[in-house]
Amino acid sequence: MEKIRISKEEVAHVAHLARLEFGAEEMEKFTSQLNDILLYMDKLGEVDTAGVEPVTHAIARKNAFREDAVGASLPPEVSLANAPEARGGCFQVPKVIE
Amino acid sequence: MELHELTIHELLDRLRAGETTSAEITASVFGRIDAVEKEVHAYITLMRETALAEAARADERIRKGEIGALTGIPIALKDICCTKGVRTTCGSRILQNFIPPYNATVVEKLRAAGAVFPGKTNMDEFAMGSSTETSFFGVTRNPWDLDRIPGGSSGGSAAAVAADECIAALGSDTGGSIRQPAALCGVVGMKPTYGRVSRFGLVAFASSLDQIGPFTKDVEDCAIVMNVIAGYDPRESTSVPEEVPDYRRFLGKGIEGWRVGIPKEYFIAGIDPEVEAAVRRTIQVAEGAGAKCIEVSLPHTEYCLAVYYIVAPAEACSNLARYDGVKYGFRSEEGRDLMEMYKKTRAAGFGAEVKRRIMIGTYALSSGYYDAYYKKASQVRALIKRDFDEAFAKCDVILTPTTPTPAFRVGERTDDPMQMYLSDIFTISTNLAGIPGISVPCGFTAAGLPVGVQFLAGHFQEGRLIQFASAYEKHAQIEKRRPTL
Amino acid sequence: MQFEPVIGLEIHAQLLTDAKIFCGCSTKFGAPPNTHTCPVCLGMPGVLPVLNRKVVEFMIRMALATNCRLNRECNFARKNYFYPDLPKGYQISQYAAPPAEHGWVDVEINGGKKRIGITRIHMEEDAGKLMHDEHNPASYVDLNRTGVPLIEIVSDPDIRSAEEAAAYLRRLHETLVYLGICDGNMEEGSFRCDANVSLRPKGTEAFGTRAELKNMNSFRNVQRALEYEIKRQQYVLEGGGEVVQETRLWDDTAGVTHAMRGKEEAHDYRYFPDPDLVPVVIDDAWIAEIRSSLPELPLEKRERFVRDYQIPVYDAGVLTASRALADYYEEVVRLSGEPKIAANWVMGDVLRFLNEEKRDIRECPISPASLAGMIRLIQQGTISGKMAKEVSEAMYRSGKTPQAIIEEKGLVQITDEDALAKTIAEVIDKNPTQVSQYRGGREKVFGFFVGQVMKATQGKANPQLINDLLKKMLAG
Ligand SMILES: [Zn+2]
Repeated sequence: MEKIRISKEEVAHVAHLARLEFGAEEMEKFTSQLNDILLYMDKLGEVDTAGVEPVTHAIARKNAFREDAVGASLPPEVSLANAPEARGGCFQVPKVIE
Repeated sequence: MELHELTIHELLDRLRAGETTSAEITASVFGRIDAVEKEVHAYITLMRETALAEAARADERIRKGEIGALTGIPIALKDICCTKGVRTTCGSRILQNFIPPYNATVVEKLRAAGAVFPGKTNMDEFAMGSSTETSFFGVTRNPWDLDRIPGGSSGGSAAAVAADECIAALGSDTGGSIRQPAALCGVVGMKPTYGRVSRFGLVAFASSLDQIGPFTKDVEDCAIVMNVIAGYDPRESTSVPEEVPDYRRFLGKGIEGWRVGIPKEYFIAGIDPEVEAAVRRTIQVAEGAGAKCIEVSLPHTEYCLAVYYIVAPAEACSNLARYDGVKYGFRSEEGRDLMEMYKKTRAAGFGAEVKRRIMIGTYALSSGYYDAYYKKASQVRALIKRDFDEAFAKCDVILTPTTPTPAFRVGERTDDPMQMYLSDIFTISTNLAGIPGISVPCGFTAAGLPVGVQFLAGHFQEGRLIQFASAYEKHAQIEKRRPTL
Repeated sequence: MQFEPVIGLEIHAQLLTDAKIFCGCSTKFGAPPNTHTCPVCLGMPGVLPVLNRKVVEFMIRMALATNCRLNRECNFARKNYFYPDLPKGYQISQYAAPPAEHGWVDVEINGGKKRIGITRIHMEEDAGKLMHDEHNPASYVDLNRTGVPLIEIVSDPDIRSAEEAAAYLRRLHETLVYLGICDGNMEEGSFRCDANVSLRPKGTEAFGTRAELKNMNSFRNVQRALEYEIKRQQYVLEGGGEVVQETRLWDDTAGVTHAMRGKEEAHDYRYFPDPDLVPVVIDDAWIAEIRSSLPELPLEKRERFVRDYQIPVYDAGVLTASRALADYYEEVVRLSGEPKIAANWVMGDVLRFLNEEKRDIRECPISPASLAGMIRLIQQGTISGKMAKEVSEAMYRSGKTPQAIIEEKGLVQITDEDALAKTIAEVIDKNPTQVSQYRGGREKVFGFFVGQVMKATQGKANPQLINDLLKKMLAG
């Protein structure tokens, strides 16, 4: 029997978290490919990592700061220049219901 | 020789001697582009008019005797480097119309050094790929064999340099995206130490791994470009305020007495025999130049791919969350409410490989899986880093193949992601450890495909890599061939 | 069954830096939409954050003022979620390794003190603003606020009533404002509060299911919302129902909380360390430097005022409501040497004049020197208390010194006994009927004589002197 790491339902949930959507056929393909990839990741289980500090940065630099000084902002028309839709100096989106 | 066939240092000599002009060089490059670009498709955007204007300005400066490190030299930019006023697509539909109001720091630096920008090169979408086949703007072909891929993700830059469609180019390397295409296209490609070249304005794929570096026709040119682009940038928190040496100082020096580490884990089953033979010959060349080759061990090598394909997608899924159809880029018109707008925009805006990685990354960070995937991978990453520290205690540089195979055929691996990921198997450990690496041509297969060898060194030892590569280049006397196009 | 509320508060305070937390855009409130934006705070591709050092300093100030333990090293993390006011699709915040933990503050409640624990303080960036169109199916995004620095202060679930919550909130608010790190403006959203509320049977330990309350933009609303929510949950539980874990919004006009309209999904923020930012290391030298620059905090100040100036606790509370007011008061005390009288005048006329015009103490036209001068004139008997009222009002309106006003108005008290005795004799002569009434035992008539003398002297006579002389002379 083939090992399952991720179900279609989980793929659908992850897709929702990532704001993606797939057609039925694409869904099949993705689920099977993700499953293969995740099975490959099982390899990591072989490594003893007890007490190992995770490394999330390639170089250990600390305390990189900027001073509290106001610099130039963009003119608003430049900030909005790439917007798919803008109105009244604002980015426009489909109505958000709170 | 045509002007576009020359190296940076050869052209600078001629410019200084007044034997040619930047206008002539730039025109020659565009002539070559006109001749071969249809077949190679190395560029997404050509910047002909501005390049010619830049060339004219460069010539003016040269006439006044103000010649900078790259004055008048056409250098192509991977379309992942933001260029003020020039669209920057990252090979994606979602950024197909994005025009940044800012330049990447590297673009500013090249401009200050007098470079001319012929255009923005093709790439795998968001640098996710090893073949430049995932670009929304079409496939780039390998100039040595148009049926084959140029490697990736910086395939456009590698192909442009190999096909003489520019004199040098910038690429970015997250898991081998400079070194792998450099090897497959027969040019020199360097991934500097993480933090050495500013990432500001480099569209992020995996922030803790990404690094910009040069594609050049020889090692000397690599040193010239590195001199311009390396250095601390206060706009980047992970940029390192470490002094940058003059990399040209390392050229033409010997490597006598150097210890060269040969990691046994890199000569594995599955490596193409012709590639292995070419790389084994480089060991002899190094020894012939007075270096001593010793076996070293990087015991966690077999886990690099798994670590990489967790860490990079995890960072990527977060980095790519900003492409939501609100502020810039593509927006689907089909969404009736916000949620639909998000989903339809991202579903239509991203290609399959990008979606695959967003999915892996989102899964690896999601509640209940974080420890098993992201945290575990980050711990193994620590061990991989330690492997290198221990190896570099025993040797000055490490020598490995750059890729397990020469360039494969277009379409050969597009349906098998795992197979595609394996093409980066020798390059990703470098990014995980943050160390510098360089790929240098080391011969050809019987079919005439280029093969590359990779040299690695400890953090901030780019100078050592240039010294070693330059000595290797001199002693190996690799036959000078040009692709026939 | 008797229920006990368990309340924890999360406070977001905007920090008073000039520039945003990760870019150089201004933090000023009220600019036209998207005028304080740049590629970094717009979340454009390829841009990178660099931390504003002052944000760390301000966080350390608050941590020290609330007795927190500062961790040597902290990290920034990405909190991933999609929303149009969040341009990067993640908020840069702090998660696993907060900079400050295990603090506390004391609040005064029912005349006693209660200690409320602080779980953690961390730094993060604010999101933008979303506005909804009444007429079109559209919303609009203004990203000026994106990247304004915030600290989040999370309390332990130590709070047991709406009143305690309000007291805690006031304490944190005044501390932030005293430290000069937040303007405390709740209407503009510089100081925001969310609450977690649950009920449990009195005497039990386990927490009940909690509701999260949002949208309470004043101290009063926090207290009202909590009172309402406690009653609501009690009603649900007593009716045999179950409290649902949900976010509820306070509706100020209706005076109720209601569940959010939009579909609420289980959050999965996928926190992970931000690879674009490096760890912040806070060493002892940095802490010591900031500690030495901390101002006296309100509670310490209050206790010192009561102790050193011998004024009532209530007065000390009023006078330390802001640093500027406390400084004003202390200057008047220093110049007049009369802490109690100074307290009365500052809390009385000065605050009344200011409140009537909604002005701040920093804009008060009466300088501490003028007020102190006036107090000295009263003490010397130069002017009466009644005259002083007139003088203070005039000082407030004109900003002139008390001496100048007294001269202008001729407000000098008659303290010459002989002259006053002469006037009193005249009053006694003119009112024989009242004199005989008084002498016949109707002592109330005494007030009539005082009034007559005051009238004759146009109010300039020293009241004490009038009293003494009248008594003597009426006694005959
Ligand atoms: Zn900004």
